[in-house]
Amino acid sequence: MTTDWRDAAAPIDRGPEPGGIGAVYRVFGETLRGLKTTLGRVAEGHHVIQYPEEKTPVYPRFRGRHKLHRFEDTGLEKCVGCSLCAAACPAKCIRVVAAENTPDKQVSAGERYAAVYEINMSRCIFCGYCEVACPFDAITMGNDYELSDYHRSDLIFTKEMLLADPPEHTPLRREGE
Amino acid sequence: MIEGTLIMIAKSIIIFAVFLQLVPIILLGDRKLMGRMQSRIGPNRVGPRGVFQPIADVLKLLSKEQFTPATAVPWMMAIAPVISVTTAVATMAIIPFGPYDVWGGGFGLYGIDVSIGLLYFFAFGSLAFYGTVLGGWSSGSKYSFLGSMRAAAQLISYEVAMGLSLLGVAMTAGSLSLVDIVEHQDAMWFVVPQFVGFCIFLVAGFAETARAPFDLPEGDAEIVGGYNTEYGGMRFGSFFMAEYMEVLVISGIAAVCFFGGWHGPGPEALAPLWMLLKILLGAVLFIWVRATLPRLRYDQLMSFGWKILLPLATLNVLVTAIVLVAT
Repeated sequence: MTTDWRDAAAPIDRGPEPGGIGAVYRVFGETLRGLKTTLGRVAEGHHVIQYPEEKTPVYPRFRGRHKLHRFEDTGLEKCVGCSLCAAACPAKCIRVVAAENTPDKQVSAGERYAAVYEINMSRCIFCGYCEVACPFDAITMGNDYELSDYHRSDLIFTKEMLLADPPEHTPLRREGE
Repeated sequence: MIEGTLIMIAKSIIIFAVFLQLVPIILLGDRKLMGRMQSRIGPNRVGPRGVFQPIADVLKLLSKEQFTPATAVPWMMAIAPVISVTTAVATMAIIPFGPYDVWGGGFGLYGIDVSIGLLYFFAFGSLAFYGTVLGGWSSGSKYSFLGSMRAAAQLISYEVAMGLSLLGVAMTAGSLSLVDIVEHQDAMWFVVPQFVGFCIFLVAGFAETARAPFDLPEGDAEIVGGYNTEYGGMRFGSFFMAEYMEVLVISGIAAVCFFGGWHGPGPEALAPLWMLLKILLGAVLFIWVRATLPRLRYDQLMSFGWKILLPLATLNVLVTAIVLVAT
């Protein structure tokens, strides 16, 4: 059995032939339709978010600037300086230097703590692997996306900055909104 | 004698002042209205609701460098924007804002009532393109050159149709003076009997101002910026200003020749307000069209000008002549 390929092909919509009275009508008609469209946008109003004053709310799962956590009851850091986050980081932007806890200087809940914990935000790709790798949920991704600064060196976030509450909270969108 | 001279000086200053104040208004209106038509807000940072945006623009342009390329003809490049601005202002001088005897009489709300008003308008309209053509050519850059060549071709194609479209008005009014033309529209605006002429004038007017959809001399997408590619600072600002002045001039001529000029309801003292309103509405139409229509292709521009507008304009003149002779 042979099939004619012309039957299978989608019909070509070529549009009307150019020229003639019909063309004049089309040119002016379509021009007027275009004018109506643009005027319709004026009547409809704008869709602008005035950014610095008005912020786009983010979803709760949005991966923004990282946060380091403490235990709420004891105030000890959750991070034990295991460097698993640094190992998981594809961008190699996390630097951890661990130190031993001593009885008179107990920083974290485990044996060791992170003496240095730095994230280079200019390298970070916000993939969230550090959060997945962490066995103690010590590091999570926050919601803040306003991370610009004047110097690259200012974008290296230290442990104190990551432990502290962000200066401004990004508005959250409810799930399903 | 001395009184007449003083009146002329006062008129020149007032025309220049009013005209220069209208340009930032149109500029702001252009940006705001076009923003709204594209579902944006437009500039709103400088001053309340962005009303000082034109001032900020001009200050920025004033503080910028006026660069001259090594291949340019410096003196010619310098006078080109001057030509553009001067011709636009000179045309504004003949646009009447009121009859001779309004506001106490004795002066008349126009610069001069030339008996060859329409010819004067065409003369300066053609001269205005010299600014564009000379500016692009003397820049010594390929893109500027292409832009100025396009400007020259566009002028030749559309000036003819524009002249013929206004010929119908001149024939109906029996005069070339703009004041006479307005006074002839006492009973009926010329847009009714000369509707075809008005449509042709509108299209040719858009082409004459070199604004969208006929902004081929500028054509920022394909020839970088056309004739003003090499211009910077206030020289570019002058071209920019001249473009908006041209918009006002074309709106003014359209209002005078087709929409009854200063005629409108209310006492005669309101005449200049009606004229101003008509000019501003014309400018709004320019902005509206600019936000709507894409730029024409070059061959479309040419074939539209020569194959459609010119025969249509000729036919319009012929029909008007027959009707005038028959009645």
